[in-house]
Amino acid sequence: MAEAASHALASKDKVPGSASVGPWVGQSIPRVEDSSLLTGRGRFMDDIGVHPGTLHAAILRSPHAHADIISIDTAAAKRAQGVVAVLDGADIKALTSSLVVGVKAPVECWPIAVGRVRYVGEAVAVVVATDRYLAEDAIDLIEVQYQPRPAVVDPLMAIKPDAPVLHDGFNGNVASDRVFRYGDPEQAFASAAHRISIDITYPRNSCTPIETYGLVADYDPGEDAYDVLANFQGPFSIHAVLSRALKVPGNRLRLRTPPDSGGSFGVKQGIFPYIVLIAAAARAAGRPVKWIEDRLEHLTASVSATNRATTLSAAVTEDGRILALDWDQVEDCGAHLRAPEPATLYRMHGNLSGAYDIRHMAVRNRVVVTNKTPTGLNRGFGGPQVYFALERLVQRIAIELNLDPLDVITRNLVPADAFPYRTASGALLDSGNYQEAIRRGVVEGKLAELKARRDAARTEGRLYGIGYTAVVEPSVSNMGYITTVLTPAERRKAGPKNGAQATATVAIDPVGSVSVHVASVPQGQGHRTVLSQVVADVFGLTPGDVRVNTEIDTAKDAWSIASGNYASRFAPAVAGTAKLAAERIAGRLARVAASQLNTEADDIIFAGGQVRSKRNPDNKVSFSRVAGLSHWSPGALPDGVGQTIRETVFWTPPELTPPDDDDHINSSLCHGFIFDFCGVEVDRTTLQTRIDRYVTMHDCGTILHPAMVDGQIRGGFAQAVGAALYEEYAYGADGSFLTGTLADYLLPTVIETPEPFIIHMQTPSPVTPLGSKGVGEGNCMSTPVCIANAVTDALGLRDITLPLVPAKLADAVHGAERVAPAGRAGDDIQKQGGDRKLRGEGEAKVGAPAEQVWAMLLDPETLKAVIPGCHSVQKVSDTHFRADVTIGIGPVKGLYRANVKLSDLDPPHAVTLGGTAEGALGFGGGEGRITLTPTEGGGTSIHYVYEAAIGGKVASIGGRLLDGATRVIIGQFFAALARQAGGGSAGSGPSLFAKLRGLFGGQR
Amino acid sequence: MSRLQAKHRHDVRFTLNGKPCAGEAEPRLLLTDFLRHRIGVTGTHVGCEHGVCGACTIDIDGQPARACLTLAVQIDGCELRTVESLAPAAGRLGVLQAAFKRNHALQCGFCTAGILMSLDTFLREHPQPDEEKIRDVLSGHLCRCTGYAPIVRAALEAAAELADQNREKTDA
Amino acid sequence: MKPAAFDYVRAEHLDEALDALKKDGGDARIIAGGQSLMAMLNMRLARPKTLIDIMRLKDLARIERKGSSIMIGAGVRQAALLAWPDLRASLPLVALALPWTGHVQTRSRGTVCGSIAHADPSAELPLMLQALGGEVHLRNAKKRRRVAAKEFFAGMMATTRADDELIEAVSLPVIEKRCAFREVARRHGDFAIVACAAVATDNGVRLAVGGVADMPAIRDLPRLEGSALDDALNAFAYELDARDDVHATARYRRDLVRMIGRDLVREVLQ
Repeated sequence: MAEAASHALASKDKVPGSASVGPWVGQSIPRVEDSSLLTGRGRFMDDIGVHPGTLHAAILRSPHAHADIISIDTAAAKRAQGVVAVLDGADIKALTSSLVVGVKAPVECWPIAVGRVRYVGEAVAVVVATDRYLAEDAIDLIEVQYQPRPAVVDPLMAIKPDAPVLHDGFNGNVASDRVFRYGDPEQAFASAAHRISIDITYPRNSCTPIETYGLVADYDPGEDAYDVLANFQGPFSIHAVLSRALKVPGNRLRLRTPPDSGGSFGVKQGIFPYIVLIAAAARAAGRPVKWIEDRLEHLTASVSATNRATTLSAAVTEDGRILALDWDQVEDCGAHLRAPEPATLYRMHGNLSGAYDIRHMAVRNRVVVTNKTPTGLNRGFGGPQVYFALERLVQRIAIELNLDPLDVITRNLVPADAFPYRTASGALLDSGNYQEAIRRGVVEGKLAELKARRDAARTEGRLYGIGYTAVVEPSVSNMGYITTVLTPAERRKAGPKNGAQATATVAIDPVGSVSVHVASVPQGQGHRTVLSQVVADVFGLTPGDVRVNTEIDTAKDAWSIASGNYASRFAPAVAGTAKLAAERIAGRLARVAASQLNTEADDIIFAGGQVRSKRNPDNKVSFSRVAGLSHWSPGALPDGVGQTIRETVFWTPPELTPPDDDDHINSSLCHGFIFDFCGVEVDRTTLQTRIDRYVTMHDCGTILHPAMVDGQIRGGFAQAVGAALYEEYAYGADGSFLTGTLADYLLPTVIETPEPFIIHMQTPSPVTPLGSKGVGEGNCMSTPVCIANAVTDALGLRDITLPLVPAKLADAVHGAERVAPAGRAGDDIQKQGGDRKLRGEGEAKVGAPAEQVWAMLLDPETLKAVIPGCHSVQKVSDTHFRADVTIGIGPVKGLYRANVKLSDLDPPHAVTLGGTAEGALGFGGGEGRITLTPTEGGGTSIHYVYEAAIGGKVASIGGRLLDGATRVIIGQFFAALARQAGGGSAGSGPSLFAKLRGLFGGQR
Repeated sequence: MSRLQAKHRHDVRFTLNGKPCAGEAEPRLLLTDFLRHRIGVTGTHVGCEHGVCGACTIDIDGQPARACLTLAVQIDGCELRTVESLAPAAGRLGVLQAAFKRNHALQCGFCTAGILMSLDTFLREHPQPDEEKIRDVLSGHLCRCTGYAPIVRAALEAAAELADQNREKTDA
Repeated sequence: MKPAAFDYVRAEHLDEALDALKKDGGDARIIAGGQSLMAMLNMRLARPKTLIDIMRLKDLARIERKGSSIMIGAGVRQAALLAWPDLRASLPLVALALPWTGHVQTRSRGTVCGSIAHADPSAELPLMLQALGGEVHLRNAKKRRRVAAKEFFAGMMATTRADDELIEAVSLPVIEKRCAFREVARRHGDFAIVACAAVATDNGVRLAVGGVADMPAIRDLPRLEGSALDDALNAFAYELDARDDVHATARYRRDLVRMIGRDLVREVLQ
């Protein structure tokens, strides 16, 4: 079945668009999208004008990972300039109903915190004002009192019995726990020569589009209807979730998308809670409301891929043949199980055996909630997590059995003559020849040369390794796969879900020009260009004759729940459906033309803008003439033709059946194949990983537009390089979010992104109209683990976690660290158990006696004078003070409310000073023990040890600077105390600061 | 000296894409918001508002600059060029734009305006750059779609073409 | 992510800037290139009442040789210094380090003095000031004063500049001795995890390290080799009080100080 020719794409000698004749499919024609995008005429969400009087929203977000909301005071915000409405959780709850939760459990899910926050960045209040600047001003005036709760961020901690619980309706933090069994895994493990296992954790990351979320919502009370324009990407199954949450029937929620979207990669599915939030705000404000997410909001609180902890075991024969797999996956969906989660876990359910012929499988899938941002769609969607475990295991099998990793891969592949192949868990692998693909990859990708390169590098003492992966890339999701999370009994109760309705409309206007509409939402993939190629081929026109619209308007367009652009469904499903729609009209036009040309319909062909007889090419009529007839002279159409004006086709593949009673699920329609290998070098000093060569072999079925396919591969590869080496949504153990800016969440730049060597093979899919399969997500699945395998090969490591932050490799490469010189404690003071607490100590010498210093510490007036930036001190009791302080380092300043308590008093020797502070930039809490020791000459030595934790905005966006900043502030306090007590020279800045420097960290 | 009061709007006069232009801005109004929402040129995009992604890069007085790290009031009297200036005529593309199109150097197109403006200002001053220089310039931009390789190719092609044009001009 | 409101003073003469500083003191911030400050304004980390723009003051935009030093005015953009024809000859260390500062698109606006005023411990220009033993020229409405690099930095983003003072210029001594620079960052153009500069001195080498301590740190070392050099670098590495963050661990930072430090010391002492 495999077509023989592989080809190098987009090479210089093949100028895209140089061909002037069809067939157009398969050619890299110039994109129709480009001219407007290159000239600044794109129409992205925030480029589009709004109704006069439209208001702008800003959102107050939680600084805490887990806390009860004691009170929200919005009075000052409501009075602020330009403010029209301020809404909190209770207000939104009154206007909406809970979002659907992905499993059967008595748990609510609101688009804003109601009574309790469960992750840093969760919405707490919305301000609607006349412009965004004023809305943000008012946000600063809202006062929220929180009562923090313990947080849990690690999924394996979250399932422990003593873990803090997020939702009462789940079993602890476990939202779902299902066990599956396919074949006879127990017998396979019992009889196998080896049981080889791996434990992995896959980190949180996101494909972070450069355009953030944005929407405008309006509510018409007269018709009780919402109108929303949003850069949502689908799936439009979410429309049902939205209308239900907004308490209107689906036909009273008009959801539209702008013409252009600045990337999504799945991520813009996650805008949907904000659609509910802003739509409700528009209803409350009585005017249209616009919200454009900013980058800090996006990184902190939009959406991410799931992080996952997996234990995977294989029953393996002596020669490396895998007989069975045993999966134990713990999926972390963050604080709420938002639709369509836990889909990330089940998207790959039919593909848990990857590209391998493995007949027996045991699976335990647990879905847990933690105090992190809820997860959602992201390019690769479940693939990176599964393949990181599976392909790391394959490498481990090779190492433990002393085999070549590539041999273990090839030994286990699905046989070439076995297609269509049904996997143990139910996927139908539609077509392929994996052995041939690997053979070509090895030859054309020059593996032998790469091995020689590795050997040469190693001879020179360099750290060089090679990694391999073979993966199946699923595309066109079965809308029913998510129901695999339910038991068969629950599924029977809920009714069957399956299929993947794709929609396309082809229309012909009175002058015979052709328009196409599809219910997909491109985010840069070039759908309009490809559809023009596909439809032009059917009608014998040029792509320029076909105009394509890819906006969606749920009030006017044909659409269904599977509409949207995700699961790599465009080429296999949507483009194919457009072909079917065009063919349906063409079939009728052929009958019209046949009657005019006095021939039969099957003698008619469409070519060169004309409709003509195959037998007698001179017998012809122009396309526009035939095409317009249905408008101008319907009576002239042959009987039974009907109209040829407009045809809408809904197409769903019959192969996508619901899960059966034994939980077999064909989770995706088609399956491409990818074989990757790469050579990497790890620098012995910096420990940075450099990708020396990366080869990626793809079989994505029939290629519709070669340059776009390569574009998808390069783009996915770049994101995968990020996931492997740079990107992580990192959280502290206390739930603080640590990567809140693009200076902390590191997307690879051109310097960090090598160009992969791409090889193609085309095995058409028998189950899609055009023979094509999805190609957009594969490298996000294959590349992270391929790089990880190469690095472990380079360093001889057993385990590895992504991203490969160089510092993680220090022990492995640099060995045990040299100890600190005698007299230095090294790291012990600052670092205990890997938490995020800042610790330090210092000493100040003052001229005053200990009794006097003691009295000062208990005196509000002195405290006011010595606390940096203190405006007022209120004495609550002898040992409890409240203070308003402006704390600042350099230009960074914020107003905080502080509570200070004294305890363990041992006058005049020692006291413990504990306190908390909360303000717009975040919160802090700490405790310090102060010891006063008399010195010679009647003075006192003040020694202090402190421990502090800081969270909220400053932790997210200034984590790099936090430790030092804290030290400066605490230092300021004691320096001021010393000055007040007649210590150090009360002189000008420099000498004071020189003294301060002496206090901390010793000589510089 | 002029002290512009926080709460008021103040006149800002400048040259935009070769033509005089004026608008009003509060002191805190970012140049991105000013250009996009007050002046109405939306080709310059906003990606991060902290100077990292590069989507908002424009040309201020001949130098590339992050519009999100610039206040509207700072550009009073300056000469600005944005992506809207690059095409020689309606319906035509400039050399750099055409090279982008030819090489499929854009997908969603959101980051593209900033990249074009960086390259355009750079190529004006460095007509014959090597690939390393081009990559250094591009490292100030984040693109999430293309994997960068086609952008590098487009830049090199455009540079070569512009160099040819210059040579012809000099010869003539 | 929009700045809080502030007044904006477009100073046409230095006196105007100084008067505004005198009036608003700690509530005012000077804006020059704005490449550090603007991000902080947008995030509302900084909320000054007044911004004083000094970029119209042509007198501040000069690079001049004064005796054995190069004076770089407060209005000199990083790109202008990088393009200054005498840079390589007069300030070879700066010529090595400056390309690591941000990107083309930020160096075009950011100023040399602005970066030094910001005192980010990972930034290259404060490190240059320390490594070369330069001076900061401060001025308020009444008087001028000069502060040596060692006395200027006071901690994380903290300096000894008084609230009513502005930096008029920095001066960096012309050094003809050998020098070297190396930096490790996660990505090209990122803040340094460790940046090291080495300058040969009469009897050894001065090593300067950024990105580790709260401010750029220097250590003057005699001519050392072998284990004596390693011991000295190890002591220095620990004294910098390195911390963990999402990009690196304290241990990794110390490793880089020891390893890169040794390479650079050897390089300049060759």
